[in-house]
Amino acid sequence: MDSRWHARLVLGLLLAPAVLWLGALIILPHVDLAVLSFRERVGPRQYVASLAQYKTFFAEPLYWHVFLRTAVMSVFATLLTLLLAFPIAWIIAKLARGRAGSLLFIICLIPFWVSETVRTLGWMILLRESGVLPALLVKLGLTAVPVELLYRDATILLGLVYTSLLFMVVPLVTSLESLDNSLIEAAYDLGSGGWAILRHIVIPHAAPGITAGCIVVFMLTLGNYLTPTLLGGKNSQWFTEQIYTQFITRFNWEQGAAFGFLLLGLSTALVILGLRASGQRFGDVMRST
Amino acid sequence: MLKRFADHVAVDSLSFSVERGSFFSILGPSGCGKTTLLRMIAGFIAPDGGDIAIGGKSMRDVAPNRRPVNMVFQQLALFPMMSVGENVAFGLARRGMGRAERMKRSNAMLERVGLGNAADKRVDALSGGQRQRVAIARSLVLEPTLLLLDEPLGALDLKLREHMKIELKQLQASFGTTFVYITHDQSEALVLSDHVGVMNHGRFEQLGTPQDLYYRPQTPFVAGFVGANNRIVGRTTGADGAIADIATADGWVVRALKSGAIAVGDAVEVFVRPEAAILARGAAELPPDQPRHSGEVQSVLFDGANSAVLLQEARTRREFRIALPQTGQFADLKPHDHVAFSFDPSRAVCFAARAGAAGQDA
Repeated sequence: MDSRWHARLVLGLLLAPAVLWLGALIILPHVDLAVLSFRERVGPRQYVASLAQYKTFFAEPLYWHVFLRTAVMSVFATLLTLLLAFPIAWIIAKLARGRAGSLLFIICLIPFWVSETVRTLGWMILLRESGVLPALLVKLGLTAVPVELLYRDATILLGLVYTSLLFMVVPLVTSLESLDNSLIEAAYDLGSGGWAILRHIVIPHAAPGITAGCIVVFMLTLGNYLTPTLLGGKNSQWFTEQIYTQFITRFNWEQGAAFGFLLLGLSTALVILGLRASGQRFGDVMRST
Repeated sequence: MLKRFADHVAVDSLSFSVERGSFFSILGPSGCGKTTLLRMIAGFIAPDGGDIAIGGKSMRDVAPNRRPVNMVFQQLALFPMMSVGENVAFGLARRGMGRAERMKRSNAMLERVGLGNAADKRVDALSGGQRQRVAIARSLVLEPTLLLLDEPLGALDLKLREHMKIELKQLQASFGTTFVYITHDQSEALVLSDHVGVMNHGRFEQLGTPQDLYYRPQTPFVAGFVGANNRIVGRTTGADGAIADIATADGWVVRALKSGAIAVGDAVEVFVRPEAAILARGAAELPPDQPRHSGEVQSVLFDGANSAVLLQEARTRREFRIALPQTGQFADLKPHDHVAFSFDPSRAVCFAARAGAAGQDA
């Protein structure tokens, strides 16, 4: 009995930081936010329970337009990241040998030594009207006058893909490395061309890694505040910006909390949808990361 | 069917042909270039010179997925993301065959290899021997002109390997497909093949039937690699027609058949099969026309039908292995017993010593 009690104590102590982290930093604030989102201010320091915050969201087209736009752009950024990261991961996992592979990996990692703000400001220096790239375009005779490359949807996507690339490359490299080369050779030997091998062998094998990368990148993108704000300016219309405005500018915490929950619901729904569509199980996917 | 290679680092100017419908093995130690050779036939590596022709057509610049050749990989490389049936139907699907037809053919093929009810199973639910058969079925269903097998039995345990050996031979006979099989296991090569090429350092040492290799080795490497052999290093002291007299540095004199040009005084290697030697308790029991030797039993190596006794030659203490006859006549043989032995000089063979091999003993 003594030793069992002892074992439980040890287990409890080991789990304590995780439980504290989950409880104090994630669950408690969310419970508080949930309560906030379901009340309405009727007078100074007077609140009643109501669905008004959620009603406002659906009644005001701007809010749900931004909401949908954020979702679509995030999905698009995720797919773009996947398309770009897959060849990189393939080269690192399959083609580069020994040191070359690690070197390529470090090249992918290096941008992350710089803070996200500084990195994004770097993009601004390159892309603003008086920046490096527009000047280069004029010099090459491609445009007559410098063009403003900031504050466009494409620029936001560029920034989001750039920020997310590593989070896609890592799970892809892991899952591609575990693919036995003889399977590829066998498929080739049995008459497959490159696309058939990719479709029937490589992608099914890498599916958990692809899904894991997509989930991580999608969540990071959906919840990103800095990149859309800096690169998109007033045109960015990112949903996190709306939340920020409600909390900080308009001091309407109730509305902000409701928006926060809507965003959480959106990301959860889309992740579940993605898992369903790709036939993956969440447990398998998480194991592959 | 003819295949030629030239000037590859691993596979050095060799040329051979395989008769349609036969079982051909390439036997060699690891690193001898046999896998490189096989991968060149499959098309994964391009030869730096020479050509490969399959069914009379040159395979130069023909990609692996376009060759009438299929390969059974060493680790089998079954697709874990597919069922057994899908694995077998994979190649048919790549040829654009309709679903119903390819399912029919893959089921018929699985039936033929004795896995009729396994089509819907997952690959990892099969035993080692069953996976082996799926790998072969997956290739044979495409009716290749040539099936390449890259040590497919290597990963199996001994008992299963013995069983699969027989099964492979029967499969080859019933399908009539040409098999090219590579292995480092001489027993696999001897049991399975119609013809064997013994490979060393990227070259064929000898090409021939298993019987040729065993009874008439043409190089010291083949004599030492194929089957068990006693190796005695010495110099010729005389010759009597085809038979040479050989003396070791420490004075043991034996007689053996000459292979190739050997002059008196040359350094030679003599090979004597353990079963070619006759063992007796006393010299008088030995055949009168054979040179007699005596020795002391060092150990008895009991291995059922393959039992042997390890002797030390009386004067030089050199090791000599003799297969024990199955009559039970020597059942009571013990270490330190003194025995006599002899062998027919025409069943022993000697070769001019390879460079650097003269001083060593096997």
